[in-house]
Amino acid sequence: MKTPVYLDYSATTPCDPRVVQRMLPFFSETFGNAASRSHAFGWTAEAAVEQARAQVAQLIGAHPKEIIWTSGSTEANNLAIKGVAEMYRPKGNHLITAATEHKAVLDPMKRLESQGFEVTWLPVDGKGHVDLDQLAAAITDRTILVSLMAANNEIGTLHPIAEIGAICKQKGTLFHTDATQAPGKIPLDVEAQHVDLMSLSAHKMYGPKGVGCLYVRRKNPRVRLVAQMDGGGHERGMRSGTLNVTGIVGMGEAARICREEMATEVPKLRALRDRLDARVREQFADAVWNGDLAARLPHLTNISFPYVEGESLIMGVKELAVSSGSACTSASLEPSYVLKSLGLGDELAHSSIRFSLGRFTTEQEVDFAADRVVQEVKRLREMSPLWEMVQDGVDLSKVKWTVH
Amino acid sequence: MAYSDKVLDHYQNPRNVGSLDKDDPNVGTGVVGAPECGDVMKLQIKVADDGRIVDAKFKTYGCGSAIASSSLATEWLKGTSVDAAAQIKNTQIVEELSLPPVKIHCSVLAEDAIKAAIEDWRKKRAAQQTESGVKA
Repeated sequence: MKTPVYLDYSATTPCDPRVVQRMLPFFSETFGNAASRSHAFGWTAEAAVEQARAQVAQLIGAHPKEIIWTSGSTEANNLAIKGVAEMYRPKGNHLITAATEHKAVLDPMKRLESQGFEVTWLPVDGKGHVDLDQLAAAITDRTILVSLMAANNEIGTLHPIAEIGAICKQKGTLFHTDATQAPGKIPLDVEAQHVDLMSLSAHKMYGPKGVGCLYVRRKNPRVRLVAQMDGGGHERGMRSGTLNVTGIVGMGEAARICREEMATEVPKLRALRDRLDARVREQFADAVWNGDLAARLPHLTNISFPYVEGESLIMGVKELAVSSGSACTSASLEPSYVLKSLGLGDELAHSSIRFSLGRFTTEQEVDFAADRVVQEVKRLREMSPLWEMVQDGVDLSKVKWTVH
Repeated sequence: MAYSDKVLDHYQNPRNVGSLDKDDPNVGTGVVGAPECGDVMKLQIKVADDGRIVDAKFKTYGCGSAIASSSLATEWLKGTSVDAAAQIKNTQIVEELSLPPVKIHCSVLAEDAIKAAIEDWRKKRAAQQTESGVKA
């Protein structure tokens, strides 16, 4: 077993070797510009792009013409939110999203707010769910878009997107979902789930970085967007810029593999993740699992270890590549806004670790990871004044701290 | 974030982890920080009659730099006088551990912990002297 053990697949995935093989010729032999209509180099590139478009469309039950290539999910989210807002401004100026969305949804929303749009920021419950009645009540005849993610990147909570889509459809507003974390993990079907716009990213599904797409519904209803990138009029005018043919080919192959192998891959991932959870749980009865254990991504678990600070824990398990909800791993000193939105105290938010497993994770790696974390939490607790106080029967919530 | 070798060393082999008897009249205890801020330091000193710090212990809940700052502080405290200890500045800790700007608050917390421990010891001693004065 090689260390560090990679358990951060929700941050990014390695390219599947099959994806790499498929991409390689497009770097050098078949390097044409897919927009070149006058020669074979262009035709070959275009054919490859269209094949990939069909592969991605098939993954989500869409028509290939509904796929708009982008540089990734961030751009797809920006295009969906700003593009809809600009196009539908005459109809209304109200958008709805939730506190736990990715920054690539929250920040475009904030920008729209500064431009005179109104945004409803739905709160979430302790498991990360929005209240569907509250959502329905928030939609007015001025509402032009609801944006709620399919699966949360930090805690893995799955929004019931089919139900959300049905509410939006019934109320006559567009529904965008950031499905970055979802491909290959949960079924995606834009028809059954009533999705009008969906953002995807290749590098979260064993494809390359720097490529993604936005699904834009063509009928019932036909969704229109104002392009956010002007130029040669590529992608039906919705996103100009020479296509990243190599990346797109990779994303297509990645989508094919996700679709074909999901049925066998998910049970394997879930078994490994549950094994990790169980090994940790038997050692720490007081650990806290964040998110909705009944509806979460099969490959992810987010655990808070009370009385131990997250960054020091991550530093201690340097043989593991994992993420923390702790403040200290980022430039800001604020702990994860997602964990705080769940109503988790700052202390528990500071103590969280996200493990995300993937296609190449082994049982041996999972056992090693669980054992290392258990060992390190025990070591840090011996060093923790909070743990000592709790052992002495002190109620930490009653201590007068010197907040600095 | 890349940690300096010294931070890593203190984190992996923290010096003087533990607790002294906080009811001992010669022991001063300082607890600073708050769990919601992500760091709490408990630093204790044991002072001999001549004003020398004969022992120092710490426990820290916080990031690696916070652990390293308090571990280093206990190293510096042992064997020095209370008056000299009161002069320790956070900037010395920053320099010794090569802390980046976002971690300066860890060193500030360590300085605060030293000061709080000394203050606690002084209060105890003053109370003790008053008590013995009354008895005499």
